[in-house]
Amino acid sequence: MAKNRHQSLGLTDEQAVDIYKHMLLARKIDERMWLLNRAGKIPFVISCQGQEASQVGASFALDRNEDYVAPYYRDMGVVLAFGMTAKELMLSAFAKAEDPNSGGRQMPSHFGQKKNRILSQSSPVTTQLPHAVGVALAARMEKKNFASFVTLGEGSSNQGDFHEGLNFAGVHKLPVITMVENNKYAISVPLEKQVASSNVSDRAQSYGMPGVTVDGNDPLAVYEEVKHARERAMNGEGPTLIEALSYRFTAHSSDDDDRQYRESAEVEDAKKKDAIISYAAYLQESGILTDDMEEEIRTDIDATVNEATDYAENAAYPEPESALKYVYEE
Amino acid sequence: MPVMSYIQAVTAALREEMQRDEKVFVLGEDVGKKGGVFGATKGLHESFGEYRVLDTPLAESAIAGVGIGAAMYGMRPVAEMQFADFIMPAVNQIISEAAKMRYRSNNDWNVPMTIRAPYGGGVHGALYHSQSVESVFANQPGLKIVMPSTPYDAKGLLKASIRDNDPVLFFEHKRAYRLLKSDVPEDDYVLPIGKADVKREGSDVTVITYGLSVHFVLQAAEKLEEEGIDTHILDLRTVYPLDQEAIIEAAQKTGKVLLITEDNKEGSIIGEVSAVIAENCLFDLDAPIQRLAGPDIPAMPFSPTMEKYFMMNPDKVEHAIRELAEF
Repeated sequence: MAKNRHQSLGLTDEQAVDIYKHMLLARKIDERMWLLNRAGKIPFVISCQGQEASQVGASFALDRNEDYVAPYYRDMGVVLAFGMTAKELMLSAFAKAEDPNSGGRQMPSHFGQKKNRILSQSSPVTTQLPHAVGVALAARMEKKNFASFVTLGEGSSNQGDFHEGLNFAGVHKLPVITMVENNKYAISVPLEKQVASSNVSDRAQSYGMPGVTVDGNDPLAVYEEVKHARERAMNGEGPTLIEALSYRFTAHSSDDDDRQYRESAEVEDAKKKDAIISYAAYLQESGILTDDMEEEIRTDIDATVNEATDYAENAAYPEPESALKYVYEE
Repeated sequence: MPVMSYIQAVTAALREEMQRDEKVFVLGEDVGKKGGVFGATKGLHESFGEYRVLDTPLAESAIAGVGIGAAMYGMRPVAEMQFADFIMPAVNQIISEAAKMRYRSNNDWNVPMTIRAPYGGGVHGALYHSQSVESVFANQPGLKIVMPSTPYDAKGLLKASIRDNDPVLFFEHKRAYRLLKSDVPEDDYVLPIGKADVKREGSDVTVITYGLSVHFVLQAAEKLEEEGIDTHILDLRTVYPLDQEAIIEAAQKTGKVLLITEDNKEGSIIGEVSAVIAENCLFDLDAPIQRLAGPDIPAMPFSPTMEKYFMMNPDKVEHAIRELAEF
């Protein structure tokens, strides 16, 4: 990476380092969740590893005080950037009452938090895309100046809701930014068995919007594309489809064994392009991240993750009968 | 008090709620300039403009899903499915998303959306323009299903549905649209969702039903009165969740219960009504609970002979009530 690219994109040195902190925090929380799962302390993990750069780079290009996000289950980097805390994520992993996403009702990584404008999501994929379009429609009707940002995997770009939602957004030129995090696998099925076009972004053409493919391992490249998309959205020029290319470092979830369908050499190869390493190197080369700073960041993050884990592990479960609450307005 | 048709009552409710609250908007196929294929949104586009009466692309999952997103933001969308039969592509959005939003977010998010859809047969609509689809949704906690039988109820219940902070499916019998006319007040009144309504007091046989069938029962009851059979009629109005208290009270009143739906018999709404009565009224019953419903075939055929065979009518109802009265 060339030096000081962040400055030419309008990011301060502090913001550039902050992107790194968020990426690393997401990675470390995720790694801890796997340990907790293998130790039998939490039932399930579904991972962000390999996609943090796309998630955090995109989030920093949005207005994190005004914009709405409709993330999918791998988007720990997005929700952290939008204000969810490590503690809140751990509460969700342990299914504790204080979990702000769902109060322990949903599996972990089914994000949602109204105060941070994170739309609640389910497990059937791509249902969140029309929701993001609906929020953008409301912005248009209410003459409000915000965008909605929705993410999904490349496999999910085959669902009807992807096509129905993008077409709706394209027809009405709504301020929606859709980012497909192409991590090459839909559980076990590789990209070439999922998508007939060369790129997922090619699909944008049918829906009257630009489609771009970007290196998802480069948070600044993703930042640049999302920032541009947001400017278009705010100028009334309509939606954009962005495809961020990355790789899924872990199995699909803690219940999957990826040795059944991909070679470990392929995974090791992808990990050589790990954005956590390459972006740290960029920051060091640009002279804004020293070894001492890196050490301090890692120490802080370790403390945050430890504290979050301890808190969540000791927090109370929901009362059993609370399962009956909130079916309808009370 | 003006006399309105069922569909005029629907339009009046929409217009009044759109005037009352600028967050209310309509979306669906052909709802804009055309005013809907049945005319339910007639005149609204001229009054409220393109965005509050939005013609959408022909894609039902997007109609529901975009509505859900707008509702989560704080709007009050009223989505129209052109025919209830065409709601199927939107089922994932309705059942996985709208129904579960409040619950899954532990009361953080909610979906104040109404989905209107014309249902029902007797209009030469064949398999895909005649169906009753309520039972598809009637075991989905989080949803409410409202099926009014009169213009008066349609207006008051649609206004209540739009103001409700949870998703409501509002099914309108398409044959009722122009067939049924009654006095409808111009005032701003709402009727309670979740409450059944006694449409006729009687002492010999209780009939529990909903939708257009209510009128077939009223007609049959009038005829049977001449024979000295006095029919009590309970209109469910909300078919999910059921008004159990009203069902039990109506069953206890006569001890002879006939349940009627235009839908296929097995797995229909009235099966659940029957279970409520069986659980609560064993010692009040003087006869087995009877069900009168459509046959268990996929849907209503086109040919008039077969359509008539499927469709509920006053004669079928009259016969069933008489049999039960004589038990």
